[in-house]
This record gives sequence, C-alpha cells and structure tokens, in this order.
Amino acid sequence: MPDGAIAHELRLRHHFDSLEQQHEAASLGMWIFLATEVLFFGGLFLAYLVYRLLYPQGFDEASGTLDLFWGATNTVVLITSSLTMALAVAAARDGNRSGTVLFLVVTMLLGVAFLGVKALEYSRKIAEHHVPGAGFTFEGERPDHAEIFFSLYFVMTGLHALHMIVGIGVLAVIAILASRGRFSTDYSTPVEISGLYWHFIDIIWIFLFPLLYLI
Amino acid sequence: MATGKVSRRSYFVVFGVLLALTYVMVQAAMFDLGPWNAVVSLTIATAEAFLVALIFMQLRYSSRLTWLVAGGALVWLILLLSTIGDYLTRNLLEAPPSF
Repeated sequence: MPDGAIAHELRLRHHFDSLEQQHEAASLGMWIFLATEVLFFGGLFLAYLVYRLLYPQGFDEASGTLDLFWGATNTVVLITSSLTMALAVAAARDGNRSGTVLFLVVTMLLGVAFLGVKALEYSRKIAEHHVPGAGFTFEGERPDHAEIFFSLYFVMTGLHALHMIVGIGVLAVIAILASRGRFSTDYSTPVEISGLYWHFIDIIWIFLFPLLYLI
Repeated sequence: MATGKVSRRSYFVVFGVLLALTYVMVQAAMFDLGPWNAVVSLTIATAEAFLVALIFMQLRYSSRLTWLVAGGALVWLILLLSTIGDYLTRNLLEAPPSF
C-alpha cells in the first residue's frame, strides 16, 4: 500500500532507526517527565503530612467541612476516565479511528465533569469564607490551623485541576488528529503518551482524595 | 514494546477492582481506628496507584529502562517522604534536663 508506506516514512523521524525505537524514546521521555511530577507533588504531600501531624485537631475540623460525597464522586469519575483513556489507546492500536475519537471524547467529558464538581466545591468554600486570606473565618477550636489546611487544600487540588485542564487540552488535540486519521496500527504513540499523562493525574487524585477528605 | 498485550478484559477487571477498593476506603473511613485510619486508606490508595501504573499505564509490559525510571521516581519519593520520620519521632524521648 503506497499511501501507508509514505505515511510510515513521514512518521519515522530521521534520527531514529525504527518506529519501535522512536516509540520507546517518546514513552521513556514521558515517564521521565512524570518522575519529576511525582517529586513535585511529593513535596506538597510531605508538607501536608507534616502539618497534619503537627496540628491534628485543626486539620480534623477543617477536613470535616469538605463534602465526602462530591470527593468520592470525583474519584469514581476519574477512575472511569482512566478506563475510557485505556480503551482509547487500545482502539488506536487496533486502527479503529472512530473508536479512538469516541473514547477520547468520553474521557474529556469525564474530565470536564470532574472540574465541574471541583468548581461547585470551590464556590461553596468561597461562600463559607474558607479561602485563606484576609476574609477567612472558621467556626472551630483552631481557625489558624484550619487556615493552613485550606491553604494546602487549594494549592494541591488547584494544581491537580490545572493538570486536568492541560490534560483535556492535550486530549482535544489528540482527538482532532485521530479524527483526521493520523494514527494507525503501527503508529499510535501520541495517544499512548497522552494516556500516560492522564493516568498519572488519576493517580495523584487517588492520593489527594483520602488525604484531604477521609483521614 | 507494549503493543496490545493488555486485553480490554483486564482493563475492565482493573476498573472494577479500583471501584471496589475505593468503596472499601470510604467505608473504612467511617470507623474511628485512630492513627490506623490513615494507614488503611493510604495503603489502599497505594494499591490503586500500582494497579493504574502497571495495567492502565502498561508499565508491566514496558521496557527495563522504563521500569528503572518509574522505580527511580518511587525511590526518590520514598526518600522525600521518609523525612516525616523526624516529626514522628520528636517526642519519643524525654528532653534531657536543661543545662
């Protein structure tokens, strides 16, 4: 198939020997980026654990004001989006164009749903004056410690939400490329790489949820 | 490397296990286990993270080099988080009499 052969040539950048090597390099690059992200979020997790240990009461009170229902809902939404992302990658590998686009769109919609719930939670926190700063008020024994909890809450969930927004943007581009037929059975690396990133965001939330809502 | 080695069925199985683990995590948080609440939910979260990395991210079927990078990230994260040991052990011993 001459068309396929030309596309094959175009997809293999000249500094790689083979598509396998190119795929390996791209995948490894994403894993290295994710390793830096692990340490980036790791520092925040450590800060949270230290303050949780130092100020158990204030953190307990502040954590209790978060809505467990919405936190759990978002966890289910993100886990589901990871499944649809994995299915999108599988469809891309099978050369199933419409399946790839469909699953990518569903993944994005679940991402948007997650952000919608987050926006709802944020707006409640704003209405309750639980945003750290001059207007902060908290009905509890230790409002000063609760304020530290909410600082960490907004920074950690905010950075996570930022990653989600970037992820949705990346998936939008990938979905457009997929709909134009850019991927095939022997070239689906971009779908896979963005999948790695998406799953990573899921993993971060898997830890944020118990830390902020449950413990 | 990984070219379709993970079947769709295993994705659905992992999805089901993740949902079940999350359910257990939420239910366990309803009981007051003292410091064990944190241990239980973070252990479950770690198990979920491993499932996502190994199956959804196909780490299990990736090259040794990818394993090295992922393992390296884990080792450095553990090193970072283990500084919590300082705060955990600060009040174990009585302070020596002032001098």
